[in-house]
Amino acid sequence: MRLEKPDDRGRFGVFGGSFAPETLMPALSELEEAFIDAWADPSFHVELDELLMSYVGRPTPVFHAKRLSEELGFELWLKREDLAHTGAHKINNTIAQGLLTKRMGKPRVIAETGAGQHGVATATACALLDLECVVYMGQKDIERQALNVYRMELLGAEVVPVVAGAGTLKDAVSAALRDWVASVETTHYIIGSVVGPHPFPWMVREFQKVIGEELKVQMPTPPDVIVAPVGGGSNAMGIFYPYVGDPDISLVGVEAGGLGIATGKHGASLGEGSPGVMHGAMTYMLQDEFGQVLEAHSISAGLDYPGVGPEHSYFKDSGLVTYESVTDDESVVAFHRLAVTEGIIPALESAHGLAWIIREASRLAGRTVVLNLSGRGDKDVQQVAALDE
Amino acid sequence: MSESGIDRLASLFAEARAEGRAVLLPYLTAGIPSVDASVELFKAMADAGADGFEVGIPYADPLMDGPVIMEAGETALARGVTVAVALEVVMRVVEATGKPVLAMTYVNPVLRRGIDTFFGEVAAAGACGVIIADLPADEAEPFTDAARAAGIGLVLFVAPTTDDERLKTILEADPAFVYAVAEVGVTGERDTTSVNSATLAARIRERSNVPIVFGVGISTPAQARAAARHGDGVIVGTAIVRKVLEASSADVAAEQLSAFVRALCASVHSNNA
Repeated sequence: MRLEKPDDRGRFGVFGGSFAPETLMPALSELEEAFIDAWADPSFHVELDELLMSYVGRPTPVFHAKRLSEELGFELWLKREDLAHTGAHKINNTIAQGLLTKRMGKPRVIAETGAGQHGVATATACALLDLECVVYMGQKDIERQALNVYRMELLGAEVVPVVAGAGTLKDAVSAALRDWVASVETTHYIIGSVVGPHPFPWMVREFQKVIGEELKVQMPTPPDVIVAPVGGGSNAMGIFYPYVGDPDISLVGVEAGGLGIATGKHGASLGEGSPGVMHGAMTYMLQDEFGQVLEAHSISAGLDYPGVGPEHSYFKDSGLVTYESVTDDESVVAFHRLAVTEGIIPALESAHGLAWIIREASRLAGRTVVLNLSGRGDKDVQQVAALDE
Repeated sequence: MSESGIDRLASLFAEARAEGRAVLLPYLTAGIPSVDASVELFKAMADAGADGFEVGIPYADPLMDGPVIMEAGETALARGVTVAVALEVVMRVVEATGKPVLAMTYVNPVLRRGIDTFFGEVAAAGACGVIIADLPADEAEPFTDAARAAGIGLVLFVAPTTDDERLKTILEADPAFVYAVAEVGVTGERDTTSVNSATLAARIRERSNVPIVFGVGISTPAQARAAARHGDGVIVGTAIVRKVLEASSADVAAEQLSAFVRALCASVHSNNA
């Protein structure tokens, strides 16, 4: 059964909760109160909806991918989050959390970023709303997403490299949380996915569910299958949530299979991980036998994360959503295929969803399938070009 | 061992209070610079007057720790310091020093081991208490129960940001002592002396007689003296770990820690002003 909200301990079933240093706990309570207050306030919705329409460009269109549909033997539709301002669904959350930051009277924002999409979306919201912005980004990601680093700087944000660990998304989240432990009195942490301690997973889901709510209105007939990539899981949560529990609709989350599950170099936290506490929440995670967090691997910086939002863990265990994975190579093939058949260059994250659809085409024959095209691929062009050489 | 860890911690603070002084509890990550050498370093600190210890069980993603303790943890993990190895260090420190020892770690290694199993092993190693940096009172119940069953004192945190309602909840959970966070931030050295200690101690004292131990941002004898004036004890971590990481050899580290802990003790033990 879908939960409207987590229980009073911030749990979705056994998952979620608030495993955070005491210094942060009051800020988490304050945030929960501010969110509940804002979300029940019609004036907050008026302000947010106006920005989502005139600034973000919502509703984003649903596009019937006719050429690919013909090739695959079923009807494929794309929810075009790539057309949202800054090129991904991330902006839905950052604009809303930015407004909340103003409401709480905090002048400074911090964020983590993997691929750079959430960092750019946060820097954008902060420019728009006149907030100071610091973005933590792993050193490895800075190297593979140089364009997004410069975009953040153009938008007035400071990008802080994180050299700890493998220098990827996990380390950026940890660095942002450490900053927040020290700066909590003046700073809001705009977390980029449905992860972290309560109330973040719930709040970010509420800010992203606009994707699925729009889809319900836009589709001429309800889809049979909805597919979305899952790293932390915010785009998937956004498109799935309004449909969760509908027995006629299959929901499929696609994780990073990296170099192949058997190699151990992947980001399939739900598929291959086990429950534990990471970044403040009980959730499926990649960990060794001693409970140490393992490094993930994915060609896609946005999926290169050893944890996942706790509500996805709840969906997995209750059978409400199915989670699969595809490899780096499969995602690159799908990346090219969408470009040449539909004239759309997808983010490598979104290409994971398409890769699963292509692989399972024979099983999907005759169905209506929606892919959440969570972001555009401009940021990945250089990386894919290097692979082609 | 007839006396439980909880009792031994209670005696430590009761004796110090009777003598009108505070206690010094240095922190060092287990297995730094090596398993054998870390035991020797704890012994050197005991000989220099330390009243008890925190032995750090390294964790890969320590959200409450600054860069120095992070580096120590990464180094220890790379050298194979698992929970089992760290508890072996705990046992050897208890044997070598006879002082009360607390194990400090994060939630996930405890969950992975199994909460009851972990506390049982901590007790078997001869430790008195456990500190879990990312465990707020809200999530503490299964840990509190397991600790009590094993006779181990569970420590809970109070921060300058903690409001009255939370403070009440934390004190009702009956911690072995309150780890009072002296600075809003992660572990690490600061140039200034905490301005929070007096207020924090007064707020806790209004409600409870529980021992108060200050930590975070205390790295000099002067800072330790200031904190000791308001509480029952002081934890110094980063400054000690940094000396060990930077020392050219384990012997040099032992000499430096010995002198440093002596200076800290002089401040902390003579605070009955």
